[in-house]
Amino acid sequence: MIDLDLGTALQQQVLDAFQNETPLSIYGGGSKAFLGNASHGQSFDVSKHRGIVEYDPRELVLTARSGTTLKEIAATLVEANQMLAFEPPHFGEGATLGGTIACGLSGPRRPYSGSARDFVLGCQILNGRGERLRFGGQVMKNVAGYDVSRLMAGAHGTLGILLEISLKVLPRPAASITVTRECSPVEAIAGMSGLLSKPIPVDGACYHGDRCYVRISGSAQAVREARNKISGDVLPDADAFWQALREQQLPFFHHRSTLYRVVVKPATPPLHIEGTWLLDWGGVQRWLYSDEDLAAIRHRVELAGGHVTVFRGGKQSEDIFQPLPASLMAIHQRLKASFDPNHIFNRGRLYTGL
Amino acid sequence: MPLEFYTRLIYYAYCNTYRRSSLLSHPNENAAQVSELIRALRSLLPPESVLVDAEDLRPFECDGLSAYRQLPMVVVLPETIAQVQSIMRLCHERRVPVVARGAGTGLSGGALPLADGVLLSLAKFKNILNIDPHNAMAIVQPGVRNLAISEAAAAHGLYYAPDPSSQIACTIGGNVAENSGGVHCLKYGLTVHNILRLKVVTMEGELLTIGAETLDSPGYDLLALMTGSEGMLGVIVEVTVKLLAKPERAQVVLAAFDDVVKAGEAVGAIISAGIIPAGLEMMDRLAIQAAEDFVHAGYPRNAEAILLCELDGTNAEVSEYIMAMRGILTASGATEVRTAVDEAERQLFWKGRKSAFPAVGRISPDYYCMDGTIPRRQLPHVLRRIGELSKEYELPVANVFHAGDGNLHPLILFDANKEGELHRTEEFGQRILALCVEVGGTITGEHGVGIEKIDQMCVQFGSAELTQFHAVKTAFDPSGLLNPGKAVPTLHRCAEFGAIHVHQGQLSHPELERF
Repeated sequence: MIDLDLGTALQQQVLDAFQNETPLSIYGGGSKAFLGNASHGQSFDVSKHRGIVEYDPRELVLTARSGTTLKEIAATLVEANQMLAFEPPHFGEGATLGGTIACGLSGPRRPYSGSARDFVLGCQILNGRGERLRFGGQVMKNVAGYDVSRLMAGAHGTLGILLEISLKVLPRPAASITVTRECSPVEAIAGMSGLLSKPIPVDGACYHGDRCYVRISGSAQAVREARNKISGDVLPDADAFWQALREQQLPFFHHRSTLYRVVVKPATPPLHIEGTWLLDWGGVQRWLYSDEDLAAIRHRVELAGGHVTVFRGGKQSEDIFQPLPASLMAIHQRLKASFDPNHIFNRGRLYTGL
Repeated sequence: MPLEFYTRLIYYAYCNTYRRSSLLSHPNENAAQVSELIRALRSLLPPESVLVDAEDLRPFECDGLSAYRQLPMVVVLPETIAQVQSIMRLCHERRVPVVARGAGTGLSGGALPLADGVLLSLAKFKNILNIDPHNAMAIVQPGVRNLAISEAAAAHGLYYAPDPSSQIACTIGGNVAENSGGVHCLKYGLTVHNILRLKVVTMEGELLTIGAETLDSPGYDLLALMTGSEGMLGVIVEVTVKLLAKPERAQVVLAAFDDVVKAGEAVGAIISAGIIPAGLEMMDRLAIQAAEDFVHAGYPRNAEAILLCELDGTNAEVSEYIMAMRGILTASGATEVRTAVDEAERQLFWKGRKSAFPAVGRISPDYYCMDGTIPRRQLPHVLRRIGELSKEYELPVANVFHAGDGNLHPLILFDANKEGELHRTEEFGQRILALCVEVGGTITGEHGVGIEKIDQMCVQFGSAELTQFHAVKTAFDPSGLLNPGKAVPTLHRCAEFGAIHVHQGQLSHPELERF
């Protein structure tokens, strides 16, 4: 594939859509099209606007056009022994940087090194008036103006079309091992949340099929030292395990029913919701297949201070994302109108009315 | 400093974008309206929590940027969220602007009061509400000091990572408003990376919960938007922070160089080797000498630059990286590489760095601290240009640099009593910030825009971005009464300022008349 700057052409298309009030359904690699409410609009392809614009490993910053694939970015970073430290799920061959940031998804490292939005340093967007705007920059510290670039992360394309994104990148750890042992969910939750207050370089912790898995990464010495502090056996071929977890390819994810994403505090005891569970992010992000009623699930999770997303296989009539209180919804609507006054971007994808 | 200096700066502050409220529009009605407002505030708060006398207002006339001063009309010191809500409702109803204030340590005048506004102090919100070691988080009121959080969490082996130099005094509410950093942000991030949830009161008096006690929350990332918003979007009344496990060990290496360019290259070499130091600071000759004379940190006085590299983690990890680091520094041409022999020496090395500003204050009647960030590779170029400008303006500069994340603090030394020096200093400062933007950086890395750098915002952003910023503010504060006139300049102000961001050869504000 060739690098191509389609910024001007995309801008013209958005200007036309703004003038004609044509709703646009933004499309990159299509790998995360399953997530969110259906958005009806003219298909707007960003995937050909691609290419790494700037990357200097010594700066720990990579800037790429939104249609650049995660695969290409990962391959480029690996040559300099660096990585995207939020370990983004791809969910498909064609996954793009733009889609990844728009969906704001992060992998198993998230609790230990930060989320997709944490690594966003700046971006160039097209707002709903077809204006090309730049926010943030290519430096780690920047407090000039509101943090609009991080606002784009997880906005599901409803505020603007991402054209270019600058991310902080990090060195890959010199060494990594995964320790696993059989235990109950209660023990796993206590163990994983207990690690948060110990000076051990953990960068992944999950509970799957009666076993707890803890990944330790850092310098060779640090990993060797930490290994002795965590009981269990060393997992062979650990990279394949974490990749399968990240990509939802473990046997657990082979269900056909609805997959819920439940997010709670790490030490939250097992929730009494009928179904099968997999705990990632050290107990914070819990995947659930359940036949229970969504309202009942949400009610129980809310009581625990968490929230629920219908991740895969939801019904169109349901609220895919946890409904917001009216006061926050009003701010969301005003923000949406400030970026996209004619509501042309991904109409309804996140919430009805946005 | 001469009186006219203040007058001029206050004039600057005042001629900003701020829309005059109705209270001052008819001077004859003014006095009656003010006393009515004060009466109404006293019905909401105990008498000692509403300050109106000039001597009581004096301590609030400025923040850490003391060149800008203004007495507020009234200061209120609520102690409950309900009181904050009723104050905001009252002010909203009467169209009275409100400026929120924490400890007042901010360096950009973000908490500068308004003559016809209410100054809302959060000083009485100083309780730590909960430390939750199981979930590694703490719920605190906005007036809690930054360092107090780490002190309270220490019993559980936890701490709060961002550590701005003012951490003994500055409060968490202000840290959120400014997105404060510190010397450890390369590894541990800024405030935005270390908070989970905010409770915020809007200008209308509504209480919002933004974020959650867990790692993410549904909807837009308003937590990111609120962090660093300089009190323009809402009043922060509660903060839930993330706590981290205290590293087993921290160790610092001091390296001296006979050339700042070599020191800059050493920083790149460390990062390239895959090491992310907890702190990575650089000082140039003038800063080294000032700090050494002040605190006797043991710095080599004849070096052109020093690097302080801190490593933290497990015992074995730190030992391993110290060895690697010493090798890299030596290979980069360091004339001396010293590891602190004990904790006392480590603290002393840091004390020199953390006292660099007051140390420079001892060798010059006045100094002006800048806060630009640049891509690290541009350091040699930027330092050379600052050196040339220093000669051009005949004003010495000491450079203190958060080298790990490219945040540069040039300190311009001047004497406000000398004819024309202040003016030259301001112009010199503006040129440094313009230089930072030119090389792909920013006008403020961590001190905020406030009132101080509002004109430089015109250099960094074009009219479309500035218009979008105003629209974001309006989404939270439709009446525009919260901290008006700060952080984001109006397009007219930019046109008057003259130095307008030129992007791809096009003038950014072609729609406006030039003055």
